Amino acid sequence: MSSVKPTKPWVASPRDRFRDGLIFVGALAASFAIVEATALKGKLAYFFTFFIILTIANGVSGLLRYGLPAAKDAALKTLVGLGALLTVMPIASILATVISKGYKGIQLNLFTQDMSMATPTDPLTNGGILHAVTGTLTLVALSLVMSVPLGILTALYLTEIRGKFTKPIKFLVQAMSGVPSIVAGLFILSAVLYPITKGYSGFMGALALTILMIPTVARTSEEVLNLIPQDLREAGTALGGTQWRTVAMIVLPAARSGLITAMILGVARIAGETAPLLLLTGGGDKVNPNAFNGPMGSLPYYIWKSFNAGSPEAITRAWAGLLVLVVLILILFTTARYLGTRKVSR
Amino acid sequence: MTSLSDVANSMAPRVPGTRALGTGLEARGIHAWFGKHHALENISLDFAPGTVTALIGPSGCGKSTFIRTLNRMHEFIPSAAMAGEVLLDGKDVYAPGTDVTKIRLQIGMVFQKPNPFPSMTIGENVLSGLKLAQLKVDNKDDLLEECLERAGLWKEVKDRLGAHGGSLSGGQQQRLCIARALAVKPQVLLMDEPCSALDPGSTLRIEETIRQLSETMTIVIVTHNMQQAARVSDYTAFFLSDGGPGQMVEVAPTAEIFARPKDKRTEDYVTGRFG
Amino acid sequence: MSVIPAPREITTEPRKSDRIFRRVVTVGGLSSLAILSLITIFLGYRGFEVLRQEGFGFITSSDWSITTDDAGNVVESQFGLAAMLVGTILCAIIAVTIALPISIASALFLNFYSPQWLKRILIAVVDMMAAFPSILFGIWGFLVLMPSAEYWAKLIHHYLGFIPLFDLAPYVVTRSPFVAGVVLAIMIIPIITSVSREVFSQTPLDRIQAAYALGATRWGMIKAVVLPYGRSGVIGGAMLGLGRAMGETVAVFTVLNIVFQINWHVLLGVGGNVASLIILKFGDASPYEIKALMAAGLVLFILTLGVNAIADVIVKKTGKSGR
Repeated sequence: MSSVKPTKPWVASPRDRFRDGLIFVGALAASFAIVEATALKGKLAYFFTFFIILTIANGVSGLLRYGLPAAKDAALKTLVGLGALLTVMPIASILATVISKGYKGIQLNLFTQDMSMATPTDPLTNGGILHAVTGTLTLVALSLVMSVPLGILTALYLTEIRGKFTKPIKFLVQAMSGVPSIVAGLFILSAVLYPITKGYSGFMGALALTILMIPTVARTSEEVLNLIPQDLREAGTALGGTQWRTVAMIVLPAARSGLITAMILGVARIAGETAPLLLLTGGGDKVNPNAFNGPMGSLPYYIWKSFNAGSPEAITRAWAGLLVLVVLILILFTTARYLGTRKVSR
Repeated sequence: MTSLSDVANSMAPRVPGTRALGTGLEARGIHAWFGKHHALENISLDFAPGTVTALIGPSGCGKSTFIRTLNRMHEFIPSAAMAGEVLLDGKDVYAPGTDVTKIRLQIGMVFQKPNPFPSMTIGENVLSGLKLAQLKVDNKDDLLEECLERAGLWKEVKDRLGAHGGSLSGGQQQRLCIARALAVKPQVLLMDEPCSALDPGSTLRIEETIRQLSETMTIVIVTHNMQQAARVSDYTAFFLSDGGPGQMVEVAPTAEIFARPKDKRTEDYVTGRFG
Repeated sequence: MSVIPAPREITTEPRKSDRIFRRVVTVGGLSSLAILSLITIFLGYRGFEVLRQEGFGFITSSDWSITTDDAGNVVESQFGLAAMLVGTILCAIIAVTIALPISIASALFLNFYSPQWLKRILIAVVDMMAAFPSILFGIWGFLVLMPSAEYWAKLIHHYLGFIPLFDLAPYVVTRSPFVAGVVLAIMIIPIITSVSREVFSQTPLDRIQAAYALGATRWGMIKAVVLPYGRSGVIGGAMLGLGRAMGETVAVFTVLNIVFQINWHVLLGVGGNVASLIILKFGDASPYEIKALMAAGLVLFILTLGVNAIADVIVKKTGKSGR
């Protein structure tokens, strides 16, 4: 064996890094100077002047070294980085705000009491979100029960049957995912609540959420089922199995964890949905175990109500509710990601 | 059937280095790695100006990896690493501070699968390299005609330069790619199995093109087809991997490699005993 | 001459269990068709009375008033959506204008600039952001973004005030369509980013290599190969974002000052959208006004359906040309 060491001569050398670092620090200093000297003020002013200067400086550096194409390349690289930063900045700000403002409202009584004996403007030691948490869980469970069969059947139609409606159904599922949540709410209002039940209930909300959840479940399931190798299906039918048995015994079990991912993503989609619940659930302040009768609270409704009450205590309640909701969605999402890394069981 | 050595002998042998086209391209002690996998070991090879060098050998022996180190396309694989020097006109193309885009302008490349840009017309495809490198030329139409002429495609497409590249046949597309590579006036043209996706007729056309191009430039061609190596090249290098990193077993004028290989393994390969 | 036989017809008679299976799956698959048609039918049925009475005025006038006598009977009513439709479109267009360049940049960053470890994290973050509830964006927009957006709106007014779109005096920027547009932009950036990232990542490797082999810089390669390849996919993604922005309720309601007045001034604190109108009026609406709200919902539904259909056509076209 030779003793030659692998090298990567194309990776930036210490000198290149030093130069880039220098440009970075220089742009930082220049942006401070500009913000001090002109009418531009505020964090965003620093941010944007810094990036404009950095873009120009990198461009000039590229121009001096390699000419015009390199100058464009370097400037665009900075801008693309800026775009990525602008994408993540709001989420960082949102998470930071929710945590810093929400944790003040997290107290033990939050999870043991409901709001039947309290108003949003009461001190935080009074009342809690028990009704909202149980309500949201009930709504999610009901929507799951209704939307998962329909969603998976739709996905099965698109992947297993591939009948003459395949194209239109693909489009309709896509169109359905674009239905505004308020329209879903109005629809249930007009089609079920007014003519049939004539009263608010959790079930009405769950019906609207089902409409919003079906497309997410169907599309994710379709992707997962498409990943199942075709020869697995052929192996099933070649052994003399009917299509039904092949799907039930081979395809669906193989796609199991991916289908669970689809369900979780569907739940994450609807857990924080607010608008239809405002129209349909009535938003009670008491824990209501019966989803089919009487107003039912939910986290989004609670947040909405507290936020609109406006007093400092009420706003803190809203943030605390948001924190709980965000944590719930984060847990769901992480679980889905974890399962999603192995979409097809092997 | 004529033997390969007859085919090679029937081609007029040319003396390398008779034309002044720069000092040419030299590879010195090239190694290549993909992660921990040592793919290529200690290859040193000179490419004299105005010659065609064919790289032959069984699959997986590192021929393609080798020519991709020559124009620095190797580094697009994230785990890739290398050692050694590639000298173009005496300057190391891997030296710090080298503008890699200029290297690739001087060392052009034609790929296995024809890959014209489908969003551009035939004319735009040929001139795309100029646009990418932002080079200025005085007369684009002359350059367009010259490049298509040299790639042997002018007669077939001169009336439909505005058509899209995808409307051509596979062989025409590959000649379009050659024309595209020629437009930026490279000193060296690397060809990575340029005919493996083409039918025999198109292959012959491309081979003719290669012979003509070699009047004015240095060509390195990777091929699986020994007939092709014998037909188009002045020199042939035989690469082999015995399970470990790929090595160059032998390099010689093409006629010699096929008639009197020095190494037993070369002989086995060119006589079709394995590979 | 040999006689060419007529092709045999191959028939398969599925077993009974399979026939049932196929029927059940087909019925389930048609659920989306059923739901979408039912939405149209019911909203149309409920809103019919109002639509017939108002005629075209429903979308061209911008009065929304109803007078009832003590017994709750409608004395006089005027329902016109024009102001809200303008607001819907204005806010959605501001959102897409802001979100599109940022999304394209971050999709390019993820595919062609980012190191692998960062890419994995960013994809997870962006996908997660897409699942965040709109009420979160709304409240964050109201309490955190608005104060700083107000400052930037003033700057825009100061420096770009000569453009009529930005010109107003005296200006009330706090609850303006501009701020709502920024909040909506933040909501749809993840959607457009993930669609664009997906499309860009499918760019054929051999074309990328061809560009590099011709001496292209990374940006040159992106401009010559990636952007032409991904263009229609990105436009499709932007249309999806547009549809989402037009249907958004809670975030817009929280941020905007809802006033029935057609307003094209993006910095003026007057606006609204159809969805937020429905929430605003629903609480104390009389049965007749509810019918008007149903008709408004129908208009919004058709609008988003149209946008989605256009998005679908654009994305489909990609499959045929330019690839």
